[in-house]
Amino acid sequence: MKRPLAGQNAIRALLFLVALLVAPLALPNEYYLSIAILGCLNAVIAVGLNLLLGYAGQISLGHAAFYGIGAYATALCTTRLGLPIPAGMVIGVALAAAVAWIVAVPTLKLKGHYLAMATLGFGIIVSIVFNEAVDITGGPSGYVGIPRLALLGHEFDTDRGYYNVVAVVLAAVVLLALNLMKSRTGRALRALHVSEKAAQSLGIDIAAHKRFVFVLSAALAGLAGVLYAHYLGFIAPASFGFSFSIQLVVMVILGGMASVWGSVAGALFLTALPEALRDFENIDILVYGAILVATILFLPDGLAGGCTRLFRKFRRTEASHAR
Amino acid sequence: MRSKAILFALFALVLTAGPGQAADPIRLGAVLSVTGPASFLGEPEKNTIQMEVEKINAAGGVLGRPVEVVILDDETDVNKAVLATDRLIKKEQVAAILGPTTSGNSLAVIAKAAAAKVPLISCSAAEKITKPVNPFVFKVAPSDRLAVARILTHAKKQGYKKLAILTVSDGFGQAGREVLKEEIPAAGFELTADEVFGPKDTDMTAQLTKIQGGAPDAIICWGTNPGPAVVAKNRVQLGMKTPLYMSHGVASKKFLELAGDAAEGLFLPAGKITVAEKLPEADAQKAQLVAYAKTYEERFKAPVSTFGGHGYDSLHLAAKAITDAGSDKPQALRDALEKVKDFPGIGGIFTFTPEDHAGLGPDAFIMLRIEKGDWVIVGD
Amino acid sequence: MLSGAPQYLVSGLTQGAAYGLIGLGFTMIFNTTGIINFAQGEFVMLGGMLAVWFLGAGLPLLLAVLAACLVTAVAGALMERLAIRPLAGAPAINAVIITIGVSILLRGGAMLAFGKDTVALPAFSGVTPILTLGAAIQPQSLWVLAVTLALLAGLRLFFAATIQGKAMLACACQQKAASLVGISVARMALLSFGISGLIGAVAGAILAPITMTSFDVGTMLGVKGFAACILGGLGNPFGAAAGGLVLGVLESFGAGYVASGYKDAFAFIVLLLLLFVKPSGLFGKAGVERV
Repeated sequence: MKRPLAGQNAIRALLFLVALLVAPLALPNEYYLSIAILGCLNAVIAVGLNLLLGYAGQISLGHAAFYGIGAYATALCTTRLGLPIPAGMVIGVALAAAVAWIVAVPTLKLKGHYLAMATLGFGIIVSIVFNEAVDITGGPSGYVGIPRLALLGHEFDTDRGYYNVVAVVLAAVVLLALNLMKSRTGRALRALHVSEKAAQSLGIDIAAHKRFVFVLSAALAGLAGVLYAHYLGFIAPASFGFSFSIQLVVMVILGGMASVWGSVAGALFLTALPEALRDFENIDILVYGAILVATILFLPDGLAGGCTRLFRKFRRTEASHAR
Repeated sequence: MRSKAILFALFALVLTAGPGQAADPIRLGAVLSVTGPASFLGEPEKNTIQMEVEKINAAGGVLGRPVEVVILDDETDVNKAVLATDRLIKKEQVAAILGPTTSGNSLAVIAKAAAAKVPLISCSAAEKITKPVNPFVFKVAPSDRLAVARILTHAKKQGYKKLAILTVSDGFGQAGREVLKEEIPAAGFELTADEVFGPKDTDMTAQLTKIQGGAPDAIICWGTNPGPAVVAKNRVQLGMKTPLYMSHGVASKKFLELAGDAAEGLFLPAGKITVAEKLPEADAQKAQLVAYAKTYEERFKAPVSTFGGHGYDSLHLAAKAITDAGSDKPQALRDALEKVKDFPGIGGIFTFTPEDHAGLGPDAFIMLRIEKGDWVIVGD
Repeated sequence: MLSGAPQYLVSGLTQGAAYGLIGLGFTMIFNTTGIINFAQGEFVMLGGMLAVWFLGAGLPLLLAVLAACLVTAVAGALMERLAIRPLAGAPAINAVIITIGVSILLRGGAMLAFGKDTVALPAFSGVTPILTLGAAIQPQSLWVLAVTLALLAGLRLFFAATIQGKAMLACACQQKAASLVGISVARMALLSFGISGLIGAVAGAILAPITMTSFDVGTMLGVKGFAACILGGLGNPFGAAAGGLVLGVLESFGAGYVASGYKDAFAFIVLLLLLFVKPSGLFGKAGVERV
C-alpha cells in the first residue's frame, strides 16, 4: 500500500481553507454569511461525529448535548464568572470532553441498540437539565448577553470576520481528522469497526480507543458550541435537543460515513437546505424526510460515495477511450 | 451575471430619478412563528397583518405610498429567528421589524436589531424585552405582571389565603412562574406549591395530587394549549373542587374545545377582544374591537384571538409612527414611535415614553369566567 | 407523606400500559427483522389522528377506531415494502436511518393532512371517575389496561398456536434457517410491520381520549416505547409490556415525589443505570454482547 506523502493532507486542508475564505465573494448578499457560519459550525461537529460513527462504528444519538455543554459553559464563564473569553472557550471544550469521559466508561461497554439507547437517554437528560435548571441556564427562555468573540483585543463583530475565524477552525479540524485517519490510531479504529474481537486479538486496546474517539468527537462538538454561543450571543435549550442530535447523524450519513469531506459536504448541504426550502413553507418537513429516505435507498454511501463512484466511472471511460 | 448588473444599474437609475416619482413602497418586515409550536400565535398574527396591510393600501397607503410587509416564518426556532432578522435587515432593508412572535425569539434578536439601528416592535410579552429599555425595541403584548395582578385582585376579593401554581416549562410558562412567585407573597398570599409540567406532557394527575396535598384555596395554571386543557380535565377526573385560574394564554375558543365540560367554572384574565361583543356599550374600544373581529372571522373563517391583535397593533403603530415622522427612515420611525400617546389598539390603549416601551396599563385585561362553554365577563 | 401514592400508581399504570403497547410494536418488528423501527411512535400518532378524522367524517366511535387501526396497519406494511425491503443486505445502521426518515415523512404528512392543532377523542365510556382506594380511576384507564392485556394474550396465542406466529419466531431466531425450511422471510417481515402498525394505532386510539393528540406526539412516545423495550429486555414481548408499566410508574412517582419538571429525566436515568448494570433488561436473556 502506498504511503501517503507527508504533508499531502496539509496541502488539501490549506486549499480547502482558501476555498472557504474566497467563497463568500460569490454570495449575492451578506445575509448568506450567517448560514455559512452555522454550516461550518455544524461541519465541525459532523467531522467529529463521523470519526465516532463512520470510522469506529459507535453510534451516538445524543451529541447535541456536548454542543450544548460547550455553549452553556462558555456563556456562564464569560458572563456570570466574568472570565475572559479565551478562558471560557477552553473551559467549554474541556467540560464537554470531561463529561464525555465520564459517560464513556460505562456506556461504551454497550453495543448496537443498547449503545444507541444509552446515548439517546443521556442526550435527553442533558437537554432536560438545560431546560429546568433555570437559575443556572436561564431555562426555556434561554441565556442572553453572551459577549461576541474577542481574541487578543480584536472583537469579531462583523459576520465576515467571524466567518474567517470559523473557516480557519474548520480547516484545522479537517486536517486533524485526515491525519488521525492516516495514523496508527486511525487504523486501529477502523480495525475495531470491522471486528472488535479480531482487533483485540491483535493487541489493540479497544476500550481505550473507543473512549478516545468518543471524547474527541465530544470535544469537537463542544468547540462548535463555544463558537456558536459567542456568535449568536443568545442560546436556548431548544437548539440542543434530540432533534438536533438526529440532524447531526443525518448529516454524517448523507455525507457518507467514514469520509471526512463527506461530512463537511453533508453538514453544509443540510444547513443550507432549509433556506432553499423557505419558499415551500409547509412542505419543508416532507422534503427533508424525502431526501433522507431517497439518500439511503439510492445513495447509501452518501454524497461522498456517490461522487467517488462517479469519479471512478469517469476515470474508467477515460482510460478505455485512451486505449 | 453581467446582464443582471446592467439591469440593476438601470433600476437604480430609475429609483434615483428624483423624488415623487413612482410611488415606491414603504417596506416593513415581520418575523413570525407561522409554523412550529407557537403557530397558534404566529398564524393569526400573519393573517391579521396581511389583512390590515390590504386595508391600509386600499385607503391610500401611508404618506401616499403603498405599504409592503415581508413576512418570514421562524418556525418557532431561535436560530431561524436570528437568520430571518438578519435577512430582513441586510437583504430586504426594511424600515422596521414586526415581531418576533415568542419571547425567546424576541430576546435573541434584540441585539441584532439594535446594532443595525432598526426598530423592533415585538409581538411577545416578556418583561425582559423592554426592561431595561433599549431605544430600538418596543413590544405590544401586555406584560404577564398585569395579568397576574388581575388574578390576584380577584383572589383577594374571594378571600383566598393559600395559592398553588402549576406552570409549563416553556418560555411563556416560565415567565409567568417568575412573576407569580414574586407577586403572590407580595400580595399577602401563601404559596403552597410550585409545580411544573412539560409542554408535551399528557398527564398532570401527579402534579395535581401533590398540589391537593397542600390544601390550597385556589390553583393558578399558567401555560398555553394543550397542557392547561389536560390540567382542567385531570382536575375533573380526580374529583377536585378547588377553584382553578387559567392564564391569558388560553383565552381562545380552542381551549374551550379541548377542555370541553372540564372548563366549566374556570376563571381567567383576557384581552378585551375575546369578548368584544359582550363589552358594555360605554367601552371606548368596543367599536374597533367588534369591527376587527367581524372582518377577521369573515375572511379567515376562524375565531379571532388576542394573538392576532398583536399583529394588528404592531403594524398600525409602525404605520402611525411613519405618518407622524413623515418619513420611513428607521431612526425617524423610532423617534416618532416613542412619542405615541393614547393610541387605541386591539390589546389596549398604547402610550409610549422613553422609559416605557411596553405602553399598556392594567386596563389591558378583564376577568372572565367560563360558563356553559362560553365566556362571561366578571366584574372585578 | 405517602398520601398521593395510590393516585400516582393509577396514573403511572395507565401511561405505562400505553408505553408497553408501543414497546410491543417495537419488539414485533425487531424479533422478525432485527430492525429498530423509529417510526413506531408515528404509528401511534396515526392511530389517534385517524380515529379523530374518521369520527369527524361521520363514523361511530368504535368503527372510527377500527378503521384507523386498519389504515395504520396498511401504512406499516407499505413502509416495509417501499422503504425496508429494498435495503436487504445493507448495514443495519441504514435501516435505522431510513426509519427515522420515514418517521419524519409521516409527521410531515400528518401535519399537512390534519393541521397542527391538538385534537381530542371522546372517551369510550364516559368520564365519571371511579373513586376507590384513595385514587380516582378514569374509565378510559380501565380500557387502556384491558386492551393492553387483551392484545398481549392475543399475541401470545398468535405466536404459540398459529403457523404465521411460529414462522415469525423462527425468523427471529435464525433467518437463514427459517428461509431454508420454506418460510418466506419477506412475507414475515411485511406481516410484522403490519401488525406493529396495528398495535401502535390501537395504543394511540385508546390513549387519545386521555391525553389528546396532535401531529407531533409520535417522537417522544416512540422514544419512551423504545426505552420500555430495553427496560424489559429487547426481544421479549412480555418484557416490553412490563417495561412500559415500570417506566410509567417510575415517571409518575418521580413527578409526584421529587420534582415534576424533571419527570422525563427520571425514566431515562433509571434506564441508563439499568443499562450500565444489566443491559439485557429486567427480563432479557443474560449474556448480551459486552466488550
